[in-house]
Amino acid sequence: MSAITLKVNGTIHRFDLDPTTPLLYVLSDDLALRGPKFGCGLGQCGACTVLIKGQAIRSCITPVASVRGAEITTLEGIGTVEKPHPLQKAFIEEQAAQCGFCLSGVILTAKAFLDKNPAASEKEIQEGISRVLCRCFTNTRMLRAIDKARQEMSR
Amino acid sequence: MKRPSPVLNELTSEAAAALQRAGFSRRSLIKGTGALIVSFCMGGAFSTLYAQINGGGASDSPPPNELDSWIAIAADGSVTAYSGKAELGQGMFTAQTQLVAEELCVPIQSIHLMYCDTSLAPDQGITSGSQSSPANFNRSNLAQAGATARQALLQLGSKHLGMPVDQLTAAGGAILAKSDASKKVTYGELLAGKKFNLKLDPAAKRKSPEEWTVLGKPVPRLDMPHMVAGLYEYVHNVRVPGMLHGMVVRPPAVGATVVNVDNGSVAAMPGLVKVVVKNNFVGVVAEKPWQAVQIARKLNVTWTPGAGLPSQATFYEHMRNQKPTRDTLVVNSLDVEQNLAASAIVVKATYFHPYQMHGSVGSSCAVADVQGDKATVWSPTQGVWPQRGTLSMLLGLAPANVRVIYRRGSGCYGINGADTVTYDAALLSQAVGKPVRVQLTRKDEMAWENYGFAFVMDERAGLDAQGNIIAWDHEAWSPVLGNRPGYNIPGNVITGLLAGFQPEEFSPRSPAPEPTVYTNNSNGAASYMAGQVGGLAKGTGTIKSERSLLHNVVSPFWTGPLRSPQRLQNTFAHESFMDELAARAKADPVEFRLRHLSDARLMECVKATARAAKWDARPSPKSETVKTGVASGRGISCVAYEGDNGYAAMVAEVEVDTATGKISVKRFVVSNDSGPISNPDGLRNQMEGGTLQGMSRALLEEVTWNDQSVTSIDWRTYHSLPLGFDVPKIEIELLNRPNEAATGAGETAITLVAAAIGNAIFDATGARLRQVPFTAERVKAAIST
Repeated sequence: MSAITLKVNGTIHRFDLDPTTPLLYVLSDDLALRGPKFGCGLGQCGACTVLIKGQAIRSCITPVASVRGAEITTLEGIGTVEKPHPLQKAFIEEQAAQCGFCLSGVILTAKAFLDKNPAASEKEIQEGISRVLCRCFTNTRMLRAIDKARQEMSR
Repeated sequence: MKRPSPVLNELTSEAAAALQRAGFSRRSLIKGTGALIVSFCMGGAFSTLYAQINGGGASDSPPPNELDSWIAIAADGSVTAYSGKAELGQGMFTAQTQLVAEELCVPIQSIHLMYCDTSLAPDQGITSGSQSSPANFNRSNLAQAGATARQALLQLGSKHLGMPVDQLTAAGGAILAKSDASKKVTYGELLAGKKFNLKLDPAAKRKSPEEWTVLGKPVPRLDMPHMVAGLYEYVHNVRVPGMLHGMVVRPPAVGATVVNVDNGSVAAMPGLVKVVVKNNFVGVVAEKPWQAVQIARKLNVTWTPGAGLPSQATFYEHMRNQKPTRDTLVVNSLDVEQNLAASAIVVKATYFHPYQMHGSVGSSCAVADVQGDKATVWSPTQGVWPQRGTLSMLLGLAPANVRVIYRRGSGCYGINGADTVTYDAALLSQAVGKPVRVQLTRKDEMAWENYGFAFVMDERAGLDAQGNIIAWDHEAWSPVLGNRPGYNIPGNVITGLLAGFQPEEFSPRSPAPEPTVYTNNSNGAASYMAGQVGGLAKGTGTIKSERSLLHNVVSPFWTGPLRSPQRLQNTFAHESFMDELAARAKADPVEFRLRHLSDARLMECVKATARAAKWDARPSPKSETVKTGVASGRGISCVAYEGDNGYAAMVAEVEVDTATGKISVKRFVVSNDSGPISNPDGLRNQMEGGTLQGMSRALLEEVTWNDQSVTSIDWRTYHSLPLGFDVPKIEIELLNRPNEAATGAGETAITLVAAAIGNAIFDATGARLRQVPFTAERVKAAIST
């Protein structure tokens, strides 16, 4: 067991846990967050994505000890139902989901990408989110929503 | 009035109080757990296909012919509606809420739709088979309940206001005089918290589509804001006080059984609560999820060797030659052979379709709380009432003591690990007497799910001297094992088998009995067949000399309905073969199809698609077919889904890199007719998703195995198109048919994709792809022969 501090969506939490525990388990079980989800546990699909220092991180393969003290942002940390982030707003406007299980991967990977590449072309956006999996194949709407948010974000 | 959050498919305290006031004594609250149970008796076991899809397996379900089973109106006017059809991500929550709002003339915000909970909602079987719209949007069930309720409220209003019904109207949750809107009485006042106490009236008039103000509109998904904010409660997020975490240990090989479980191998592991063994079911329970993962990995289980698997390289031959078979005829005019013999040209081709998986992006998860003789489970199952039956068998409990509450899982497209993981959680919970949550590993999800069917399909047809088809024969082989568990076959999925139950029995039958009724439920008969049975021709085509014969054989792997089960495989063969026939007849593929169709709705889909695509009418392949560089072409396919449950046509435009065999799909044009459109944007979303999912299945997806076990166990070994591929342009033409019955819509587009792409590849290169998936190697090989 090991004492670990994390700042999640602006709030500091202290844990005493097995340092090999994947970050995802801490977020979804200890903190009962609903944004990051267990997709594959192998870092292949993106459903568990969170943001750390502006990077999209796959929390299912990230041992919590490796992100000690980090500031972590999950899908619920970038906006709310009342005040959604431009990406969340665009996803609602474009109705860019079906089951929605992949949304942490899609939205947060897009956010990390757009924050660094505010002038990205559609093609570049597509490459930027290329490693995320949506098995409902809502691709066209998602790409449209991300491009819409990009315009809003770069305003 | 407080708006219940769409996040929760759960009775709010206000709704529960309203129910109790309304006299729903059978739906009683149990203190402490917040759980509701029903306490009435369970009838006999019941598991026909009809019941699985439409419900009726549980005799203690709220009776579907009672209005109160579907709609309750509280004194404050808030409406609680009940449905047995689930939101799976397809938009059914929003569409059903629109339906109730429309028929009842109340704002959409005042409706709380409760669905799929055995303590609350009627048994509507399984949310599957493109049956939710037919079941709830036509002249029965939820739609008819809405119409009956409006009629009853108008009559009550007439009494209350002392005016005849024809001078009244329903609007905004009230009955008011047409001439004077100030003369009104609200629904809440009329019912005063009481039940309707009425049977569904089949004569109650549904609103006509011309009057619709909510239905038929692109109402945004009610659950979407919470989904994108990361607040929606999936089954993965269900947390119950005192909940423990379980993991299962599946056999290392197909057919392996437990020899020994060495509890000592994990005795010192932190957090261990219990190692659970029941027959060949092995699992562990721990305090925390990561502990459970580590314990399951470390547990030393000795298994027998597996049963051995047939070689994948020769599997299609193996299928074709396997005995015994169970044979089924869709049509048989008994004159196909003589007409083939008399044909000017006989064309033959064989098509191959692999096992494919649902491959949900989220590994399946469930939470079960089994204590003493009672059980409550939170499950992503598509059928809560059927699952109540199988869980009661698995746990040895009375069905009435089992409550199944649906919570959305990851998109399922058929039957993913939803049912099996619920059994896992239930068995582990029963063993420790505490609530247990189980989330499968990726490998356990993928290696043991009920795969979409593999198929070998022989097509033969005869053309006359004018190039008209005069006989068509379809003969297919497909392996089966297990299925949805239904109301009483827990052995139809892996956990049930491991725990000691058997899958539904394979009953050989050969020769097939002659059909007595024409049902083209599996699209075994091509859309061009006349479908003659019992003196009637109920097919969608003109070809009267026809046979469609299926041989089911035993599968080494679990099988089940994956989006458009059998329909997709058969249609891939029929629509590719139709293209081959058109080419032999030197006819334009669109004109050739229309020439052999008789169904007006399907023909209109073909025409609309061709028109929208600006179809280049000419025979395929292109005269300037190229075998070097990049070749481009277009292909079409169409289907009357299940014969009469949705009509669609699709054009695909592709580019083929003839050097590498790489396919690049540039454009899809899809026309769809599913009767009256409940939500055009939701329908488009289904069409788009189905099209791209079909593209992934056509180009990449195939389950692989070695001599012992499945080797498609993650996203590196099972290939799916990720978000980053070059997404083709997708154009959707929705054909609205307000005066027809509502049909399914979630499975039409996906059914068409492989043939549309294959036909476009043929148009571009003259090479015919007869085996899915169309990998670059296969395309290259086809081009070079």
